[in-house]
Amino acid sequence: MTGDTPLIEVCNLAKRFGDVIAIDSINLIVRQGELFGFLGPNGAGKTTTINLITGLSRPDSGTIGIAGLDCTKNTKAAQHLMGIVPDESNLYPELSGFDNLCFCASLYGMHRIDRETRARELLETFGLKEAAARKFGGYSKGMKRKLTIAAGIIHRPQVLFLDEPTSGIDVASARQIRQLISQLHHAGTTVFLTTHYIEEAERLCERIAFIVKGKIVETDTVENLLQPVRETKEMLLSVSSSANDLYSKLATAFPHFKFHTVSPEQVRIESASTISIGPLVQFIESQGAEVTEALRLRVSLEDVFVRVTGIELDAIRKEKEKAGGNL
Amino acid sequence: MKRWIAFWNILLKDVRTYYLKPPNISWGLIFPLAWTGMYFIKSETNSESIITLLPGVVAVSILFGTTSLLAVTVTFEKKSRSFDRLLLAPIPLEILMLAKTSGAIVFGVMNAFVPIIIALFLTDLSDVNWIAMLPAILMIAISSTFLGLFIAVSVSEVFEAQTFSNFFRFPMIFLCGLFFPVDSLPVFLYPLSYVLPLTYGADILHGAIDEETILPMGIDFLILSCFCAILFYVSLRNINRKWIT
Repeated sequence: MTGDTPLIEVCNLAKRFGDVIAIDSINLIVRQGELFGFLGPNGAGKTTTINLITGLSRPDSGTIGIAGLDCTKNTKAAQHLMGIVPDESNLYPELSGFDNLCFCASLYGMHRIDRETRARELLETFGLKEAAARKFGGYSKGMKRKLTIAAGIIHRPQVLFLDEPTSGIDVASARQIRQLISQLHHAGTTVFLTTHYIEEAERLCERIAFIVKGKIVETDTVENLLQPVRETKEMLLSVSSSANDLYSKLATAFPHFKFHTVSPEQVRIESASTISIGPLVQFIESQGAEVTEALRLRVSLEDVFVRVTGIELDAIRKEKEKAGGNL
Repeated sequence: MKRWIAFWNILLKDVRTYYLKPPNISWGLIFPLAWTGMYFIKSETNSESIITLLPGVVAVSILFGTTSLLAVTVTFEKKSRSFDRLLLAPIPLEILMLAKTSGAIVFGVMNAFVPIIIALFLTDLSDVNWIAMLPAILMIAISSTFLGLFIAVSVSEVFEAQTFSNFFRFPMIFLCGLFFPVDSLPVFLYPLSYVLPLTYGADILHGAIDEETILPMGIDFLILSCFCAILFYVSLRNINRKWIT
């Protein structure tokens, strides 16, 4: 489904806000029909990048091309090709779901019959048919997000920008939205997805770019990104109490393992070969502590993210909790 | 064609969402009615006084009706981020802002007719020069709306827009020759009077109703048109500079 033709081409894009470097000379290519993930912690520059590409912000330097159009010079022409779903639903609370969709369609010059037919079709697809006549202001968070996505695709854009589409909504709605994104992608829409939910990106995206402090630190397919960590075995050990130097003693006793202290009671073990639990438990007990839990960890994109960015998983988890983690 | 579909629907949406709401209808009707009633009662329904007061009451009704609405249709939408949706649509900024201001212009023109209709019952308006009066009402509505737009894009909060509007509106009642001639003001206030667009609009209204003008009407229209163009241009520049950063 994904072609080789680049749909979005960003070259040496840079943006400063006063002394703060928001985007530091980034380059990226998104191909036609691709579901591209743009990952990074809060404040990394994801939304700023979307704003720059979509024309809501002006770059200090660099070029942005959409389907061969220079966005910095022909912003309005390029905006015809884009659908944009911001991180906060920004439809009109006083209008009904149906009227909101029709209004958004009219902004793209769609005629009345076309926009009404399309609005009904999307309300059906997004499971909002029953709420079509209700005011948007009375919708739940999940319904608001779904209608905002519907508004983003009302004019059948070539590329859809989704900024944190599942942030702060309940589990069921988040799952439904992920299914909808997947369906859109399978229907041929190019999707540019920003998220700080790494599992979400892993499940949905074909290619991923990691952005940290305005810099893209890695871009590759999910498969290629996971390849190096697939060789690694990981285990999380929880201990009832630990002497100050328990973890350093473990490192000395088991030199072929790598130990990462997660908390005073938890240690993550990495190894290129299988990790046998027996010798580890015996050693820990001999040091006067007790193993309360041992978990074999599935290698995920989170591990890649940590390796590539140097940002600890703890920080990402705190962000998830802050956003009302829904994965 | 596509642009005009967007233009018409933005205007229609604003009318449905904001202008046809009871608070705005009451603002649009009650305010001009109160002004008209207050001044006409003060004039003891002397028909000559009514004719003298009519230009001022018409101008004030337009001024307050138009400037107050931009704080909602622009500042409030920007604050709630729904204005970003319009900025991201493939519509040139000029057409977008004309669509956002057209409703206020129409609303201002309608406000102007509240005192005129009341005056029709109280005095003889057969000598009014409607050929000058009607374009004057339209030009005052446009310049007041663009003044409101200038204020709306200069601030980030609705309450700031309202306060900032009053900073212009209330002095304009006294400085623009609405109820007493500009030349009766202290000399040091003259420059202030002549940098306010309403002075020229009020001058045309006086010319159309009681045939007394400071400047030839053609000059008034020309200056008023320049104010409209400058206010609209500066507002667009501010949007480009502040909102598309």
